[in-house]
Amino acid sequence: MLMRQPFVMRLARLHSGFGWAVLLLLTALALVVVPLLNQFVTPDSALYIPDWLVTLTGRFLCLALVALALDLIWGYTGILSLGHGAFFALGGYVMGMHLTHNRMETGTIPNFIQFLGRDDWPWFWVPFQSFWFTAVMVFLVPGALALVFGFFAFRSRVRGVYFAIITQALTFASMLFFYRTETGFGGNTGLTDFRELLGFSVREADTRLVLFMLSAVAVMLSYLLCRYIVTSKLGRVLVAIRDAESRVRFTGYNPLRYKLFVWTVSAMLCGLAGALYVPQTGVINPGEMAPANSIEMAVWVALGGRGTLVGALVGAGTVNGLKTWITAAYPDLWLFVLGGLFIAVTLFLPKGLMGLRQQMAGRSKQ
Amino acid sequence: MRGLSWKGAILLGLLMVPAVVVADTDGMSADERAEKLAEQQKKQTQTRTEGLSGEAASIVERLATDDWQAINDVVEELEALAAPETLPVLQALSDRRLYFDEQGRVLIEDPATGEYSDAITGETVEVASENLSQPTLTNAIRRGIRPLIGQLQLFSDDVATRRAGAEELADRPRPEMLGRLKELRAEESNPEVLRLLNIAIARLQLDASDSEERLEAVEVIADVRSARMKSELESLLETDAQGDPVEPDAAVREAARDAIEAIEERQSTARFLSDLVYGLSMGSVLLLAALGLAIIFGLMRVINMAHGELLMIGAYTTFIVQNLFALMAPQWFSFYLLAAIPAAFVVTALVGILMERGVIRFLYARPLETLLATWGISLILMQTTRVIFGAQNVRMASPEWFSGSVQLMQGVSLSTSRVGVIAFAFFVVALVWFVMNRTRLGLEVRAVMQNREMAAALGVSANRVDMWTFGAGAGVAGLGGVALSQIVNVGPELGQNYIVDSFMVVVLGGVGNILGSVFSALGLGVFSKFLEPVAGAVLAKILLFVAIIVFIQWRPQGIFALKGRAGDDD
Amino acid sequence: MSMMDTLRELGKREEVFSFLQHAAPSPALDTRHGPILYVEGVTKSFDGFRALDDLTLYIDDGELRCLIGPNGAGKTTLMDVLTGKTRPDTGQAWFGQRLNLLELPEHVIAQSGIGRKFQKPTVFEQLTVFENLELAMHASRGLWTSLRWRLDGEQQDRIDEVLALISLTEQAHAPAGVLSHGQKQWLEIGSLLMQNPRLLLVDEPVAGMTGQESEKTAELLTSLAGKHSVVVVEHDMDFVRSIARTVSVLHQGSVLAEGSMDEIQSDARVREVYLGE
Ligand SMILES: Nc1ncnc2c1ncn2[C@@H]1O[C@H](COP(=O)(O)OP(=O)(O)OP(=O)(O)O)[C@@H](O)[C@H]1O
Ligand SMILES: [Mg+2]
Repeated sequence: MLMRQPFVMRLARLHSGFGWAVLLLLTALALVVVPLLNQFVTPDSALYIPDWLVTLTGRFLCLALVALALDLIWGYTGILSLGHGAFFALGGYVMGMHLTHNRMETGTIPNFIQFLGRDDWPWFWVPFQSFWFTAVMVFLVPGALALVFGFFAFRSRVRGVYFAIITQALTFASMLFFYRTETGFGGNTGLTDFRELLGFSVREADTRLVLFMLSAVAVMLSYLLCRYIVTSKLGRVLVAIRDAESRVRFTGYNPLRYKLFVWTVSAMLCGLAGALYVPQTGVINPGEMAPANSIEMAVWVALGGRGTLVGALVGAGTVNGLKTWITAAYPDLWLFVLGGLFIAVTLFLPKGLMGLRQQMAGRSKQ
Repeated sequence: MRGLSWKGAILLGLLMVPAVVVADTDGMSADERAEKLAEQQKKQTQTRTEGLSGEAASIVERLATDDWQAINDVVEELEALAAPETLPVLQALSDRRLYFDEQGRVLIEDPATGEYSDAITGETVEVASENLSQPTLTNAIRRGIRPLIGQLQLFSDDVATRRAGAEELADRPRPEMLGRLKELRAEESNPEVLRLLNIAIARLQLDASDSEERLEAVEVIADVRSARMKSELESLLETDAQGDPVEPDAAVREAARDAIEAIEERQSTARFLSDLVYGLSMGSVLLLAALGLAIIFGLMRVINMAHGELLMIGAYTTFIVQNLFALMAPQWFSFYLLAAIPAAFVVTALVGILMERGVIRFLYARPLETLLATWGISLILMQTTRVIFGAQNVRMASPEWFSGSVQLMQGVSLSTSRVGVIAFAFFVVALVWFVMNRTRLGLEVRAVMQNREMAAALGVSANRVDMWTFGAGAGVAGLGGVALSQIVNVGPELGQNYIVDSFMVVVLGGVGNILGSVFSALGLGVFSKFLEPVAGAVLAKILLFVAIIVFIQWRPQGIFALKGRAGDDD
Repeated sequence: MSMMDTLRELGKREEVFSFLQHAAPSPALDTRHGPILYVEGVTKSFDGFRALDDLTLYIDDGELRCLIGPNGAGKTTLMDVLTGKTRPDTGQAWFGQRLNLLELPEHVIAQSGIGRKFQKPTVFEQLTVFENLELAMHASRGLWTSLRWRLDGEQQDRIDEVLALISLTEQAHAPAGVLSHGQKQWLEIGSLLMQNPRLLLVDEPVAGMTGQESEKTAELLTSLAGKHSVVVVEHDMDFVRSIARTVSVLHQGSVLAEGSMDEIQSDARVREVYLGE
């Protein structure tokens, strides 16, 4: 039976008191401490947080959001997607299109559109002039693609590795599509050279700080949303689907709806992540849709621990931190490290870092 | 060869290649192609005379001059003389390989060796190149030389040389040659040369004042269905300023119309055939790339994301074998490909066995984890290659016997390497089929894949069979790498381009079904080839993915469903 | 707030489609005219092999029927057909008078009141025993309701009751994956009870159970009969004898004999099939 309980109470039960305390603390850290240390501490102080670090962390937060989204579909529902890069990049492109409008003076169009032999914006570019339209499309475009693709894939009961492979084909095909100059998205250069967003210069450190804070808020809200989903009965149906899908069906649930729901939510979260990411990096190009990128996302989740939302966040942070450090310090080494991570995690850390304690305990008992 | 600019080489080369070459575009740079064509052309060019005497010698001697008028006279006299032995001189003149020194000796440079030989005596001479000058040529003279060369080539005993000559004349016949061309036609036995001669003669006769002769010419053209004569025929049908037909005789016009129709029909058949054959050849490449996967994924259900890298290792092994041959046994160089086949098989099989023993065997029950772990392996293999061989593509030289082209019918020809790949694909399929169906190993593999426990109970070591199956699948991928090395660039990312396609082939063909993979690979090749002109290469690819996804909706088991209870839930 | 509205809106949309779901078993199910299950002339072949061959079978409302037959007789395949897992080549299968089982997808069949226990026990291993039962509980299977679902006291009690019945109260919060084979059997039976179906299809329920446990199962199944219709497939003849009123013998995909246990045992054809005489 459905209890008409107040929404707030349901929310409050998402976490234990301790969990909420940690969450609040982290939020305060991102929204108060970091801005203070960045703005009001002198650069020579040990506590000073430089601008580049703020932007870097902001980008990491976006990637963490992707990990969260992927965990929802892979960790909880057991559906490995190797195409989440496409949803991320779509969100990025939507935002990029708006930013491109912003950088052009009225009446002018970017070179890559001129090269197509036209002197006005193509129809699918026009509405992105509006920020609010863009803000909606950030969710709708990846969501619609996911919905259509997912409907057909799930309906024909494509599962497991087959699903993984066709999602890889999906991102690959999208990449080819965006690489084409003819399609009107800037070809392999993509969209770049952004100037302003809502009147603020995206190159300014202050704007970057705000973007960082927005990313933090986005991650926190998305985390709560995911938490809400996985702790509900719906979440248990998802786990049941992961365990024995046919059994779910014979119990009377239609897995198609459930899968389609999380799949689409997951894609939308990725779109949001992409849209926040792009103004912070200043560029979006089809390279983001390369299959390799999407697979890398899987290792974030696997390293952190599938089926634990915190694990996804931890994993994304760890891998990307390592990547930033190693690609700068030992560029040749990175792919070895990444490859090694893939192997080590699957062989030795099936539950990821979050399962490490449990695993240790299990071992010492033996 | 260095003496030729590559554009010149292309031009010359094109003259030598029969009819329309179905362009072999992918994976080969313009330079590489030019080099190949120039090489073919070289084989048909004599680089020195066999000694000249008498009148020929006295005319050729006079080339040692800066005066272009004098040279023009010489060329005219040579034309009147029409002596085949002067051919090397004329060719050298046309290619700017003809020099003279202070003593007035006329010298020919051998483009391959850079040596000089005396045009009159035919003997090699040692000269310092700074003492040499070149005869002055005008473009008009050079234009005149080419048909002359063509005409002289027609006297050669060598079919290829005659064909080259006829080719030139079919393009640019000179009216005064008509009589001699007719004589030559009467003697010619080679059908291809005959065809070209007919075209040359018809082209000349089209301008004849006698309408009988013009009619005959149109009929000849209709007979040979030469695409290059189409525009001439079309111009016959045009009307002039007064609205009168250019061609006064109605019978000739009628014949021309028929001829155009015949030509167009031939053209569309040729296009269809060449698309088909080319599609098949693309399909064979796909097949070779996917076959190893069909074994590993199809039989063992192991998702091997490092499959592309196994292809790459096969290609690099070919590269190493090539270099070893160049270094240690240059005289056998043209056979390096044959040696590369077993070498690539063994090397990639070893890598595969290492992968299986080291990582994959611990993950058999967990397909998604296998996918991720093998992706990790692929990154490591790729980066290792990059560290050892560098990030750039390595240089592969196809052996000579593998670099020509084969004419399948008039207007449809295919580079030998592509034909070779088709043949090789079928060889590998046959091999796999044989091993799977006619050997003890194949029997054990099938037993283990169908029912592990049962096979184990019968004394088959499933563990060992897994290892060998994986090794064999990897080895077959290595063979695919050998083939790929001949048609695409060999670099560390080589495999990445094939991984998605290969999975598509296997999924489409029906997992576990090697025959299904054969059909789906060939089908995909042909399908995308026919789609390309309509949709463009990239869009064709996207459409293909969409089509596959739709296809899976309709038949989730692939083209050929696997029989039995496999596919049962969870 | 607008987001909540949208969600509610979407939630409503589901109800628009509810005619597709046959969610409520009782109104759609019409058993006034006799049997609850009609199977007529069902044939299913796999690659030319006829697993079901022109099979005809009727189950009355409230009946407990045993299906026996040698391995490969087609018993499990029949259940697959009835639950929508396998589509037969020809024939008819109706649940009551109105529901054509051959046209409905699996989850709709389940929702309309056919519950199934598999031959190989399948439970949701990563969920706890309690959660397994909760998911099975007879309630709306909709997406949006499941997002806001909470157990009320009555439902809680019902789960506890079933937990006690299947002797898994102590393991209630352990993941189902750690249960023994027999316990998984019980859990699956428990889930079936939670589902509260009109027709139970039970495939080899006592495999892996001790004698005592199988007695308990027999008791349970007999007590269900009357309110529910039950079809039990079992190889264990003692078990069959202990519960059976009517027994159908399946052989090579069709019904060879039907009757009481004694009639069946004296049937010459059945002896031939079982004993190879
Ligand atoms: N999906 C399938 N594909 C191919 N053959 C099948 C399939 N399902 C069942 N069969 C075959 O149909 C026949 C009947 O199988 P079924 O499982 O119904 O027998 P059963 O009566 O349940 O036997 P058991 O008592 O051993 O459980 C068997 O020979 C089986 O191999
Ligand atoms: Mg059975």
